[in-house]
Amino acid sequence: MNTNPAIIVEKLNVSFGDSHVVKDLSFSVASGESYGIVGESGSGKSTVLRVLAGLNREWGGDVTILGSKQPKVRDKAFYRAVQMVFQDPYGSLHPKKTVDDTLAEPLAIHGIEDAEARIERAMKDVGLPNSFRFRFPHQLSGGQRQRVAIARALVLEPRILLLDEPTSALDVSIQAEVLNLLQALRKERNLTYILVSHDLAVVAHMCERLLVMQFGRGVEEMTAETLAARSPQTAYAQQLLVASEGFRRQTA
Amino acid sequence: MTEQTSSGWTAWLITDSPVSRRQARLGQYYRQWLAFRRNPAAVIGLTIVVLLLLAAAFAPLLAPYDPLAQALDKRLLPPSAINWFGTDSLGRDIFSRVVYGSRVTLVIVLLVVITVGPIGLLIGAAAGYLGGWVDRVLMRITDVFLAFPRLVLALAFVAALGPGLENAVIAIAFTAWPPYARVARAETLIIRNQDYISAVRLQGASQWRIVLRHVVPMCLPSLIVRSTLDMAGIILTAAGLGFLGLGAQPPIPEWGAMISAGREQIFDQWWVATFPGLAICVVALGFNLLGDGLRDVMDAR
Amino acid sequence: MRAPDSPTEQPLLELDNLRVNFHTATGIVRAVRGLSFTLGRERLGIVGESGSGKSMTGRAILDLIPHPGEVQADKLVYRGQNLLTMDKGSRRKLRGRHISMVMQDPKFSLNPVKTVGEQIAEAYRVHHKASSREAKERSLTMLEAVQIREPARVYDLYPHEVSGGMGQRVMIAMMLIAEPDILIADEPTSALDVTVQLQVLKILDDLVTSRGMGLIFISHDLHLVQSFCDRVIVMYGGKAMETLPAAELADESARAHRHPYTLGLLDCLPDLDHRKDKLATLKRDPAWLA
Repeated sequence: MNTNPAIIVEKLNVSFGDSHVVKDLSFSVASGESYGIVGESGSGKSTVLRVLAGLNREWGGDVTILGSKQPKVRDKAFYRAVQMVFQDPYGSLHPKKTVDDTLAEPLAIHGIEDAEARIERAMKDVGLPNSFRFRFPHQLSGGQRQRVAIARALVLEPRILLLDEPTSALDVSIQAEVLNLLQALRKERNLTYILVSHDLAVVAHMCERLLVMQFGRGVEEMTAETLAARSPQTAYAQQLLVASEGFRRQTA
Repeated sequence: MTEQTSSGWTAWLITDSPVSRRQARLGQYYRQWLAFRRNPAAVIGLTIVVLLLLAAAFAPLLAPYDPLAQALDKRLLPPSAINWFGTDSLGRDIFSRVVYGSRVTLVIVLLVVITVGPIGLLIGAAAGYLGGWVDRVLMRITDVFLAFPRLVLALAFVAALGPGLENAVIAIAFTAWPPYARVARAETLIIRNQDYISAVRLQGASQWRIVLRHVVPMCLPSLIVRSTLDMAGIILTAAGLGFLGLGAQPPIPEWGAMISAGREQIFDQWWVATFPGLAICVVALGFNLLGDGLRDVMDAR
Repeated sequence: MRAPDSPTEQPLLELDNLRVNFHTATGIVRAVRGLSFTLGRERLGIVGESGSGKSMTGRAILDLIPHPGEVQADKLVYRGQNLLTMDKGSRRKLRGRHISMVMQDPKFSLNPVKTVGEQIAEAYRVHHKASSREAKERSLTMLEAVQIREPARVYDLYPHEVSGGMGQRVMIAMMLIAEPDILIADEPTSALDVTVQLQVLKILDDLVTSRGMGLIFISHDLHLVQSFCDRVIVMYGGKAMETLPAAELADESARAHRHPYTLGLLDCLPDLDHRKDKLATLKRDPAWLA
């Protein structure tokens, strides 16, 4: 399957002071694949994403992205290939910048000429009407903010999108819209996704394969079909699966 | 679900769908103004500050006499219809001197704020964002300045530079920036870990671009509020220096120096020291009220 | 499932045409627009999306609506006592003693400079005349009741020293020590990991059942409400779209009787068993709010 991997992680280790948050983690993601990382808080799943994005510079091991080994400090070109969408749509947009400012910034940084056309296209692609262009974040709903965040990630036309719980702060009806949008964009642009989430149903819906993490280790890698068939091998993955199905009254 | 009716300019300003950057910004300012207007104390503060500005701008029209014109036959006259605030020991009209004094006060305040704000902001934001040794060096320098009481340090500077209005401004500016750097650094430490800063880092922005274009705008409101609240202190320090004879030199009508000149007659001719004192009180209060009001509006995120 | 309340028993809480309005600079925001329900000794779920007014409903019952807001109702009666005409002081006494609330994040609800044990004991002594020893003993029993393994050790911990799941158990202990009749739980498990979430729910469930309390469980999570509650009110835009037995939420054959909003909410959830390329999206009908 991994004839042409977009991302290879080998023996990744991350420590913050005394706590060892990611331990000997290895996995690879094929080009055009959507890969899920599932775990509870403290499992290290978000840290993995921050290492891949170059936001976290203290790590050991090998990270290869699009065929080149990644240094701790990434160059400008890297960011045109890899972008990220954050969990909290209320924290990921600059409160004093309009949608227009936010989308223009990456284009200005990379000196891209046709900013006007690109901004308009990005807004159209994520389904934001033009009338939103000069709004401030506080004039937008959570779902609209997340669309802006996705547009910001897409405006540089990356090949890999890292998604850190992109819908966990949203209402379910908005979640459905954002997930549909992400699915459509992936198909259209042949993007590679890594989706981090605590929600098994979301990961199963979005990804072909997923990795279950616990206490910084990869516990089990499986396909979405295995998950849907309720047949993970490890006890922890089983436990997560059962817990995600809601409350069970013993006496019932 | 809000229910309201509005038309014309108001509608243009508070629309949810502005069509240009300018309209979006103006709309935001208008909303802040609406919130500001709901606070009566803040409006009083703003009124005082506006009156100060007007007094300074139209001093020649407002003042009935030349503030420097001495009339030794009219020394120490009590307040009357001719000399509203009375006259001082050289027979100068105190009302005219208070009005012209607003110019001096404004000049001091503006010069100090113009120099102090950006310096404090840049030092604080750079220290907070870059961290490491940059942070350590900048903050230790800040601590050194913070360790001295402001007036004492200002006195030392003026003593070294020589008395005078310009030197008083320089001295106050030298002593006033450290708290701004502290505030800016504290804000930056919070801001640097926000996702929206991570997002610009992920776009490949340089550190200076992040500090100047993304961190600084977030620190700005609290610094504006702080400097407004600080104006009262600056005015008092300037008046203090003037009182001690180290600020504006005679015959410039500076409020602190005027109080100082009136202190010998405080029991017999109370008006000489009282009116410039009241002017300082009112203006300091005005800036304080304005600062409080601005804090409510601008710091609310 | 428990048997429904016998009709002769007096309801714990009766609510008729509850309205919560906020007067803001730009107009009136109507957070709750005419909500009515009665609560017996049962687990009543209130589900809705953000802005549906579900949290405001819980707060209105406790008289905890923040400043520019005002509460109006045709009827708000707790066991025969009219809460609308009651003075602030009596209302406050009722709060905590007879009606309690557990909030979403224990981190913001616990005082950081006091040990969790002291806070539980204090909650007890506010409403009961008791010596400090007696209060401590009751607190330790309560910590045990919420399945904290070493109550004596946890008693002396500060809030920052306990995990999210344990913090939420401490909150529940604190809210239940006065033995209230009604517990309002506002997203009590949303900040917790799924496995911890279920443990906390089980404790809540056991306590509610054994003490015969009325529970108002406010949540955005349909699956959870459906599996945990007896009865569910689905709220949207400050109004109840429908009230139904929780079991019927999962009942495919009862779909025809469901409100379109409820169906929309159910359908837009990704589902392990029915995977599809595209999730259904919710079409909101302005007529629902008419």
